[in-house]
Parts: sequence; C-alpha cells; structure tokens
Amino acid sequence: MAEKIATRNAYGDAIVALAEQYPELVVLDADLSGATMSKGFSKAYPERFFNMGIAECNMMGVAAGLAACGKKPFASTFAMFAAGRAFEQVRNSIGYPHLNVKVVGSHGGLSVGEDGATHQCCEDFATMRTIPGMVVCCPCDGNEMRQAVQALIDYDGPAYLRLGRSAVETVTDAVPGYRFELGKGVTLRDGSDVTLIAVGLMVQEALKAADILAGEGVSARVINMHTVKPLDEALVLKAAEETGAIVTSEEHNIIGGLGEAVSGYLSGVRPTPVVRHGVEDQFGRSGKAAEVLAAYGLTAEGMADKARAAIALKKR
Amino acid sequence: MQAKELHELAVTATKARLLALDMVHTAASGHIGGSLSAMDILTTLYFHTMKVDPKAPQSPDRDRFVLSKGHCTPALYAVLALRGFFPVEDCKLFRSIKGHYSGHPDMKHVRGVDMSTGSLGQGISAAVGMAIAGKCDKKDYRVYAVLGDGEIAEGQVWEAAMAAAKYHLDNLCAFVDVNGLQIDGATADVMPSEPLDQKFAAFGWNVLKVDGHDYEAIAMALERAAAEKGAPTVILARTVKGKGVPFMENDAGWHGKAPNDEQYALAKADVEAILAGLEAK
Repeated sequence: MAEKIATRNAYGDAIVALAEQYPELVVLDADLSGATMSKGFSKAYPERFFNMGIAECNMMGVAAGLAACGKKPFASTFAMFAAGRAFEQVRNSIGYPHLNVKVVGSHGGLSVGEDGATHQCCEDFATMRTIPGMVVCCPCDGNEMRQAVQALIDYDGPAYLRLGRSAVETVTDAVPGYRFELGKGVTLRDGSDVTLIAVGLMVQEALKAADILAGEGVSARVINMHTVKPLDEALVLKAAEETGAIVTSEEHNIIGGLGEAVSGYLSGVRPTPVVRHGVEDQFGRSGKAAEVLAAYGLTAEGMADKARAAIALKKR
Repeated sequence: MQAKELHELAVTATKARLLALDMVHTAASGHIGGSLSAMDILTTLYFHTMKVDPKAPQSPDRDRFVLSKGHCTPALYAVLALRGFFPVEDCKLFRSIKGHYSGHPDMKHVRGVDMSTGSLGQGISAAVGMAIAGKCDKKDYRVYAVLGDGEIAEGQVWEAAMAAAKYHLDNLCAFVDVNGLQIDGATADVMPSEPLDQKFAAFGWNVLKVDGHDYEAIAMALERAAAEKGAPTVILARTVKGKGVPFMENDAGWHGKAPNDEQYALAKADVEAILAGLEAK
C-alpha cells in the first residue's frame, strides 16, 4: 500500500534532512511549529530556527531581512496568515525586492476540517500569484513535497509553498523516474477526450475521476500541476490541442486560482472549454476534512461531473 | 567630535538639504518635510558612524541602514549621492520615468540602498532580520533604522520591537524621528504615540534621547548604543519637520507637498544662506 502522509509532515522532514547540505537554510514560524511541522527543525537546529510568536507580518519582514543578508529563509505559518494577513508584507518586503524567501502556508484549503472557515484558506493561490515574480507551488503528496522543498531551496527568489493538513496517499512514486521540477506539470495518466488538471490533494481525486470516466468509455488525461505559477503553458496547450476540453481542479476558490490561470492562458492562445472545479465562491465550514470536501463537491465524482460538462461544451 | 568634523557634517547636511529640495522640486512631488527632519540623523550615520564603502555597496561586512519611514527618500538618496554611491546628477531622476530612482527606496536599482521600503512599519522588521543574520554569522556589522513618530502607530513596529528584544539584538539601533507631525496633522491628535520612551523601555529596549539636529549628540548616542550589550537601542530624536526652511518648519502641510517655483526659490535661498554662513567660518 502506498505511503499516506500529510504534505506538512513531509515538509517538516525535508527541512531537517536538507539542513546540513544547506547551511544558509533558516526556518521561521509564528507559534505554529507543531502544526506546520517546523518543530522538528527547531529541535534539531535551534540556532537556525526563529519562533517569531503570533506576529506573521513581522515574521515576513524579518525573513526579508535575513534573505537580504544571504540566508535562505523558510517562513511558515497557516496559509490564511501567510497569504492573507501578511499579504502586503509578502508583496512589498519580499516580492518587490525579489528576495529569496520561501513563504510557507500550511493548512491550505477546506481540508483543514474542524477549525472551519476562519482557518480554511481558499484564497492563497489568488493573492500570491498576483505578486510579480512569485512562484506558487502546492505539491500533491509527501514524495513530491520532499523534492519540492529541495527545488525551492535551490531556487533563488520568492516563492509560496502550500502545505496540507490531512494525510494523503502518495501517487507520484508510481511514476517511473519521477523528478519534481518547478514550473513543469506532470502527466500522470494519458487520455484523449478531456484533461483533468489538478493541484494538491485534488490530484488523487483526479486519478479516481479518470477511473470513473473510463467506466463510461471516456478517456481522461490527468495532469498534476504542482506549480500554479509559473504555469506550464506548453503542457496546458498540448492538452487543449489533443483533448479539446479541460477541467481544472483545486482546493481553492474558483476565483483567482489554477482554473483562472489555465483559462486565462488558453483564452488568449487557443480558446478551449475549461470548466473550473473548486470552491464556488463560498466560505468553508467545520467538519471532518473528507466531509467538508464532500459538502463542497470536491470529490472524484464532483470532478467527473465537471468533465462531462466540459466534453458537452466541446461538442457544441 | 572635533570641531572640524562637526563643521563638515553641518556643511554636508546643508548640501543634502539643497539636493533634497531640488529633487522634490524637479519631480514636482515627494516628501520634503520629514526628509528635512531626518537629514541630520542620516548625515551623521553615513558620514560619521557607519562602516560603508561606496565602492563595495554589497560588502557582507558593511553596516546596514533601513529607512523604515521610506517616504523620506529625498533624504536617503541625497545622502547616498553625496557619500559617493551614485552620481549627484542622478538625483534629477528621482521619481522620473527616465530612471529607477523611484519614489520610495529601491534596493534592486539604487546603489547603496540596503532595503526596499515605503510601506510603513515594514522596514524595522527587515532591520531585525538583518541583525539576526549578523548574530547567526557572528559578524560585527551594525544595523540602523529610522522610523517616523507617525509610523509608530503601525502594529508591526511593536511586533518587531518584541522580536528584537527576544533575540538580544544589541547590534540593532533604531531612531525615531520625533517631529510630532504626520500627514493629517499633529501626531498627538491623529494617534498619540507618547510616552515613546516608556513604551520602548517596556518592550525591552535601551532608550536614549537626543536633539535630532545636534550632530555631536547623535554621534555620542550612537556610540552609547554600540556599547550596550544584550538589548537593542532606540534613539528618540526630537526634530523639526521641515528643518532648515523656515516657512516649512513645523507645518504638516509640507509632509508630502512639493514647492512650486517661487517657493523653491525661497527655500533654496534660505538653505544657501545657511551654507554660505557655514562656509564663511
């Protein structure tokens, strides 16, 4: 059986595993190290860990100052506070001077579960991708997250990394020779009738949706678009040309995220039906993660519905 | 401080005031009031205290400066130009589409700028990060920041203040340019910030007070700050907004307004008279 691990745990493991190799790596947190999983790093490398308290805006500025002096800071907190509360600090103190800070937002999306709407950030892709020069990345499983952390340490510039709270099944290890590359989507399954472009834990659902569709005689391609920005335009264009219909799927508001990135790109180069699967401009609510996702239609079946709609548009 | 150096600082600051007035007049926009109030602090830092080399603006061992009240760019660019980081003539490009001397400090395009600032409350956090990096790397550089007394209302300033005390950042020294005025009027009316000394002391900082137009007092306070161990220092500098131009002094109306041609001629004559007086000595 495949490994099941939350991407936040894989993040916590990766920063510890890479600490010796990268002496300039430093980690900051805002009193959530036990949740973002930076706690392991804080124990192993206390002199390189800075707990800034419940003060995310200051944390982003401090990270900027560290980067201006050659450090490689990862500043972690909940997505809501990293990309929401501290948006303007990330924009002005990190994005504008293009400083080498990795803004890490854990507990992204509805799968936060019980804490409810105040902590279920479905806006982080939107806010972060509007910052010029900002990379926006959300790996789908533990294997991909470990590789993404290393790629982000090697990348010299500002980036946002979304982590998830819930344990998710590892799917990328089934891809022979899988190697994470920033800005390069991964085709997990080929298909010719429709393409499901998913990010984060919707990637696993996309694979299930493709199975559902296969049962109906529909051939669905599945792309894991772990990097929302810069978008892998070549891969999107190829999918549009070869399958003629696209479904985007994300644990994010359909406004401002992957869906708008894909449809915005395609509308300018090759108008193609794009149906967006995501949170339909609503706040979340409390419940167990799987229950909340189901309540908002963020399931394989919900995605299959969108695929049927996309294919119908193609035929018009 | 030797009388000769004091005199030189006064001459330099006066030339910087002329340059700042010229920048704001040429650009027909910019923040002159607070630039003039902070000018003597910046001049003392860059011409007396800070270890910087205009030929090596990225030296890892240099002292750092963060203009947290970033709108006072005319003061920073004037002092950097006179210190030799870029040609004085470039000041003509301030706020111009023809160059990269943007309205607020830009570390990516302007030599000598250590941090991009402008959104109030953020610069001090970056200064804290720079000071932490210095501690990590066991370097002996010092980090300086200048805040406005209106800026103090930003909550982030106090987040940064707590962090600086937590990490015992005795390599950090912040000034508050206490000119008592902000864009909408008197700081005491808009959002009272006093007692600043008690606030910073309660946040774990060493607190010093100076006349922000007395070069020797500023330099001595900076020496005392450097000798402090285990905690950051704040220097509360009492200043006059618009200092050096009588019709601009203590008038919040000159916070973000450029002088017209007539006003510029008057202001320039006032400051040139000060310079002539200094040079006659």
